[in-house]
Amino acid sequence: MSERCAVIGVGQTHHKAKRDDISIAGLVREAAKAALEDAELTWADIDAVVIGKAPDMFEGNMMPEIYLAPALGAVGKPMIRVHTAGSVGGSTSIVAAHLIRSGAHKRVLTVAYEKQSDSDAMWALSVPQPFAAPLLAGAGGYFAPHIRAYMRRSGAPDHIGRMVAVKDRQNAMRNPYAHLHLADISMEMVEESMMLWDPLRYLEACPSSDGAAAMVLAAEDSISGRYPPAWVHGMAMRSEPTMFAGRDQVNPQAGRDCAADVYAQAGVTDPRKDFDVAEVYVPFSWYEPMWLENLGFCDLGDGWKLTESGATAFDGDIPWNTSGGVLSSNPIGASGMLRFLEVAMQVRGQAGEHQVDGARLALGQAYGGGSQFFSMWVVGSEKP
Amino acid sequence: MTETAHEPVTTLATPIRLDFDFTPGVAQSRFLKGLAKATFMGQRCSVCGKVYVPSRGSCPTDGVPTTDDVELPNTGVVTTYCVVNVPFAGQSIEIPYICAQILLDGANISFMGLLQEIPTDQIRMGMRVEAVWVDEAELTPSLSSVRYFRPTGEPDAEYDTYKEYL
Repeated sequence: MSERCAVIGVGQTHHKAKRDDISIAGLVREAAKAALEDAELTWADIDAVVIGKAPDMFEGNMMPEIYLAPALGAVGKPMIRVHTAGSVGGSTSIVAAHLIRSGAHKRVLTVAYEKQSDSDAMWALSVPQPFAAPLLAGAGGYFAPHIRAYMRRSGAPDHIGRMVAVKDRQNAMRNPYAHLHLADISMEMVEESMMLWDPLRYLEACPSSDGAAAMVLAAEDSISGRYPPAWVHGMAMRSEPTMFAGRDQVNPQAGRDCAADVYAQAGVTDPRKDFDVAEVYVPFSWYEPMWLENLGFCDLGDGWKLTESGATAFDGDIPWNTSGGVLSSNPIGASGMLRFLEVAMQVRGQAGEHQVDGARLALGQAYGGGSQFFSMWVVGSEKP
Repeated sequence: MTETAHEPVTTLATPIRLDFDFTPGVAQSRFLKGLAKATFMGQRCSVCGKVYVPSRGSCPTDGVPTTDDVELPNTGVVTTYCVVNVPFAGQSIEIPYICAQILLDGANISFMGLLQEIPTDQIRMGMRVEAVWVDEAELTPSLSSVRYFRPTGEPDAEYDTYKEYL
């Protein structure tokens, strides 16, 4: 890849439990328009559109990208749909960035969304499979046993998950677009919330949100916008089979390999020191310490100690999920892109009250499925 | 006719239905036919020697066909678990229930099973369990032939014996 690529515009909806004022087409258009305005461009300036969302079964709209083409100004332009479950917002951004870096296009609009109020993701993730035991209870039911395995393996105390649940909701108070604004969030409030998938409580899980995210990516000779560009320093995707003997679901190899690749591209050797901020897909509180280890921010078994020390808090040395993260807004298909978008905002200096002072290099990460899809990018304020 | 004021319709819930035929294929058919005889059938990879249950017909790590059938015992260990206490559309088991990852003795991969005959706060990682089958007349080529798993009462397995399956 020879061309440099930068984020020159970002846009997102106000994420809510129910956006009944607007259709799916309206939702994606709202985010896309905001991104175009931020890039100081019009629909006509866009060469191609790359769109992603979680499985079609969630809303029951098959191949929705076809119906959404007019709303995104994509009629007559190349349009690509990306599918990688919960990580899709990240993978979609990466596919869009490849269109720039390969030299194929100058300006690409990338969009991701989910309208959970039009769907029943809990049902869609729990559909009994033929001849199988009908036990699976949503994403929480899938991940809770792996969280328990992490707790056993690392010896982490119970309160770590609650700390993450509180920290990310406190960060969300700084972000006007976040779905959850829980001003009175506290350790006690999390502890008193209902146990849904023991060991996971209600407030340790992400909400169901309607929302969309969009970015305009551009080549070096096509930079515009209200803020300086966020340059892409590295991007990578990895996947692994959902089931194989000896698979480490707590610390998946695909995640480790993806991180190693993206760090090598960006020249990152010590992620905790080299990054100023990270946005990482943490839909259940315990995934913060788990991904701290998987992403090499600390030694194996020490993720929970980093969380406990406050290092990942807004005023810590490596803030994680300054936007409030997936724990505060979860329009599933858009959730990965919101991670990638937040770090672009950070290095562009446009994050407002959730801005980390002087953020120059940042990591965005998304994962999906049964922890088998990973996508990551590194963006920076300086040209790579 | 008098004019009546109605709220505009903005959303319509439309239940949909999809019927489909499912073809399990050769390897899974072997597993399902085993269930109809109250046995767990797995397959051993000829390269890595690992035993997969349900049998899959190939090894995802080595990419070779698996043809060596292995009949596994009724017993195993709970590697990890969660207690499901969340209701959802289509749920068929009364909550709260224990959803356990069960590693059958001699297998190299766990699968999800329902654990009963134990209070939800007494389940432990490493607990020894056994399958409870439905009555012989009710056995079918389906996992519904396994009524549930229950503790055997044996001492718990040492963490080191199952930690690589987490």
